[in-house]
Amino acid sequence: MIELWSYLRQGELLWLTATLVAFLIGEAASRRSGRHPLVNPVLIAVVLLAVVLLLSGTDYATYFEGAQFVHFMLGPATVALGLPLYANRHRIRRVLLPMAAALAVGSATAVASALALGQALGLDRLTLASLAPKSATAPVALGVAEATGGQPTLTAVLVILTGITGAVAAAPLLNLLRVRDWRARGFAVGLASHGIGTARAFQVNETAGAFSGIAMGLNAMLTALLAPVAVRLFLG
Amino acid sequence: MILPLALLLSFQLAGEAAARALDLPLPGPVIGLGLLLAALLAVPRLEPILRTVTQPILANLSLLFVPAGVGVVGHLDLIRAEAAALAAVIVVSTAAAIAASALTFAWLARPEATE
Repeated sequence: MIELWSYLRQGELLWLTATLVAFLIGEAASRRSGRHPLVNPVLIAVVLLAVVLLLSGTDYATYFEGAQFVHFMLGPATVALGLPLYANRHRIRRVLLPMAAALAVGSATAVASALALGQALGLDRLTLASLAPKSATAPVALGVAEATGGQPTLTAVLVILTGITGAVAAAPLLNLLRVRDWRARGFAVGLASHGIGTARAFQVNETAGAFSGIAMGLNAMLTALLAPVAVRLFLG
Repeated sequence: MILPLALLLSFQLAGEAAARALDLPLPGPVIGLGLLLAALLAVPRLEPILRTVTQPILANLSLLFVPAGVGVVGHLDLIRAEAAALAAVIVVSTAAAIAASALTFAWLARPEATE
């Protein structure tokens, strides 16, 4: 029994399977909660797997040998974001100006406010560089963090937390600001909180969801351009 | 299924190659996204072919965050030490980005007539 466990613990198969099962558990919990934004499947999966790793004394490198097969798909998934952008090209063209302005203002705000506030609160360089791309969808944010001297695994956690924050805070905040246009509401959520916000937007309103997805794709591209410049500007 | 997957990987590969060869500031997959968009505009019949693979990938996008997210086990000390600052930055910055982009969009857009 012990021999079997020590064989499995090294195995790629074990940790790949564990990753999928942990996510399924997170999904089931999310569904049971009526898709409450705080019951996030990614967060649940991450916590479950982290606890299993800590309890079994497995290091992250061993885990990642199995999980890398899932991780690898982040690249193709980023490319795949082009499809919803293409499918929505006519709607994008109709509100090109408001969209471009909202994208530029929102993306700059997301990056600059994180760097400025983080610096004021005394966070170190590695943490700040990991924070800068937090509003971009994970595959892009990880790539940006890697290129700017951040820590991709830290960025992944910060991206997830940002997504959950946006998904929870968007509706009350936008009601307070009296923004009633579903396109504007969706766009803002997707821009600030990527896929997690987009999943939430689709639950509330179809138009909001579509525009949230558009914003996620556009901000992925703009953050990839802006964040490295901003990091250099703020951190030298 | 193999054709659209090969297409997707080819766009990523071309993006990675371009990023390295031309020393571009964008991650390779983001350039791949742009190339895919250009290809779709030039050859619209690629859309239904690609969709068979992109649909399931995008529908399960959040699964792909998990392996990197588990990397939190390597940062527990940092997160414990800086929990208050990190929480403040994430909440304030996310709210600021939402407010700034929503207000800009709503201010410049005419109400949508048809939908």
